[in-house]
Amino acid sequence: MDDSPRTVPPAAADIGVDPLSQGDLEIETYRVVRSDGSFDAERVPDLDDEDFRDLYRWMLLQRIYDERATKLQRRGRLGTIASGHGQEASIIGSGYALSRDDWIFPYGREAGALLLHGLSMRDLLLYWRGIEDASRMEGANVFGMAISIGSHIPLATGKAWGLELDGEDAIAFANLGDGATSTGAFHEGLNFAGVLGVPAVFFCQNNQYAISLPFDEQTNAETVAQKALAYGVDGIRVDGNDVLAVYNAVSTARERALEGTPVLVEAVTYRRSAHTTSDDPTRYRSGDEVDEWEERDPLARYRAFLERTGRWGAIDEDAIREEVESEFDEAVDAADAVEERGIEELFAYLHEEMPPELERQLEELRDLLEERPDMYEFIEQRPKG
Amino acid sequence: MNATIIDAINDALHAEMRNDDRTLVFGQDVAESGGVFRATDGLLAEFGSDRVLDTPLSEIAIVGSAVGLATHGFRPIAEIQFSGFLPPAFDQLVTNASRIRWRTRGELTAPMVVRTPYGAGVRALEHHSESLEGAYGHVPGLTVAIPSTPHDAKGMLISAIRDPDPVLFMEPKHVYRSLREDIPEGDYTEPLGEAAVRQEGDDVTVVSWGAMMHKTLEAVDNLDGVDAEVIDLRTISPLDRETITESVRKTGRCVVVHEAAKTGGFAGELIATINDEVLLYLEAPIERVTGFDIPVPLLSMEDYYVPHPPRIEEAITKTVSY
Repeated sequence: MDDSPRTVPPAAADIGVDPLSQGDLEIETYRVVRSDGSFDAERVPDLDDEDFRDLYRWMLLQRIYDERATKLQRRGRLGTIASGHGQEASIIGSGYALSRDDWIFPYGREAGALLLHGLSMRDLLLYWRGIEDASRMEGANVFGMAISIGSHIPLATGKAWGLELDGEDAIAFANLGDGATSTGAFHEGLNFAGVLGVPAVFFCQNNQYAISLPFDEQTNAETVAQKALAYGVDGIRVDGNDVLAVYNAVSTARERALEGTPVLVEAVTYRRSAHTTSDDPTRYRSGDEVDEWEERDPLARYRAFLERTGRWGAIDEDAIREEVESEFDEAVDAADAVEERGIEELFAYLHEEMPPELERQLEELRDLLEERPDMYEFIEQRPKG
Repeated sequence: MNATIIDAINDALHAEMRNDDRTLVFGQDVAESGGVFRATDGLLAEFGSDRVLDTPLSEIAIVGSAVGLATHGFRPIAEIQFSGFLPPAFDQLVTNASRIRWRTRGELTAPMVVRTPYGAGVRALEHHSESLEGAYGHVPGLTVAIPSTPHDAKGMLISAIRDPDPVLFMEPKHVYRSLREDIPEGDYTEPLGEAAVRQEGDDVTVVSWGAMMHKTLEAVDNLDGVDAEVIDLRTISPLDRETITESVRKTGRCVVVHEAAKTGGFAGELIATINDEVLLYLEAPIERVTGFDIPVPLLSMEDYYVPHPPRIEEAITKTVSY
């Protein structure tokens, strides 16, 4: 060991080193409607009455979808699912701000946004039944669910790069949770998006938990939005339980992204349900906390706004509810009507043309099922969940 | 105590954390909620938040910081929640953990364990069902262990924690709770790098590991008139060549069963080893029963992918009657 004394520098104040600190930042959380329904009139978006009604309808749809899908899962008719309960304003406000030409990279909780962009509810249910065909995402500009958290973020950067190269008037829009911001993929995806200046919006629904981990243990950063600065992209922090605020924030982000500045939007919200149907949140958080967020319910707040602005009278909630319930019933029937698939489905699509060895493996399985019908004792194909 | 594999792992962690106060347990959801499979349940209460930590959602940081801690004289026991999420951290295993002793000429070492549940059959979401032990076994310097019983899960995990080098400990989650047996209280070890003969026989050697071990034993049990020797490989790397080749020298026939895809799967290495050392004792081509060369299907058709007893029986019969 070197035992010569370490040179002691003068006190920091003397030499003028002034570290950057997150405490120096002032980050506003953008809001339009306060929790009591009062609002900032200048910020109310210029939408017509039908849009105001539709925003409510889609949020209600998200809520009913989550409730019914959870019940289906409990009855063994869906696999593990992730709910968006509590995040309806973030999901619908963002989905509504996007164009149907934009590309959505979902993270699993945003059923309403995907349906809004043209995905069929049947296919969404089929996906959660573990049926690969559903991942075609027919009828919607939607990529596959990013079950491996954060894995889709660089993909969105690449898609945005392509959109820009082709001169398309559309963005790539990645949904992610607060947990995803701790992945390497987040860092690399955002940094590269910043370097390229591509039309990408990274929409973090900060629902305060990554399974059991609360946000303040996920990162020492006070906000997700501030992380944008490190990548030289823009950041917006928005009240994620205020659907109009989210709509404005994502609309603004989208415009900026099209002008060449990617944007990281943090929507501050709360996951009121379990992480997935396999999770038991009572092991790690208090009921009081959940109750507190229940009081900040995004539907109730938006309804209060609609009432204050005289728009609620024209909205027939029961009729919307009935319509959505029957849409769900029809989707379940349609999902149930999907026939069992043949085993060739397992081997198809991995390559443009099936290589000979894979053909051989398919034949082998086919022969085995014929020669050994007792194989079926071990196989439970579950197109109906 | 009567234990499942999960109980045995939990017990091993408690035992070794009591034995060695330089051990640390960390990973996603391991502390407050006790792990998504409850493998680490109770550790936070007994050992406190300095030694049992929930981490951010950062596989690279979990495995990479384990290497750093290990070089500093700690014994990190990291958890990757599902092996399907290990790929980002593959870099840390390859670039740092596996070679740090070698590249520093023994100056630094990485005595650490990465525990991770692997395999199909639990009807989980995408990326929750992989079996990439062959890929990890291909990394020089990385021990890859896969217990198949509660007894081995505890004994091998304790060995892994005490091992002077990094161990990837892959846990067959399909049989996490479906098997029970009596295991000793307190600490005991089962060696890494040694296969176990589960059943002695003269007609054919059947080698498997992890969850497939139980499908294999079921298949062997169903076959009348075949006297099979069943070997539980237990460690993918370093490979116990001797137990395998001794057995094949005796039986002259061999079937390898694994859940991972066929091409590039670990059966290939076993067959090459047999060819290297006991080719002239073989009386039949070696059969392998494996997953197909496709990603593990989503839950609705997952059962077609996994090798079930009838498939294994057919392969054994074919080999024996060759």
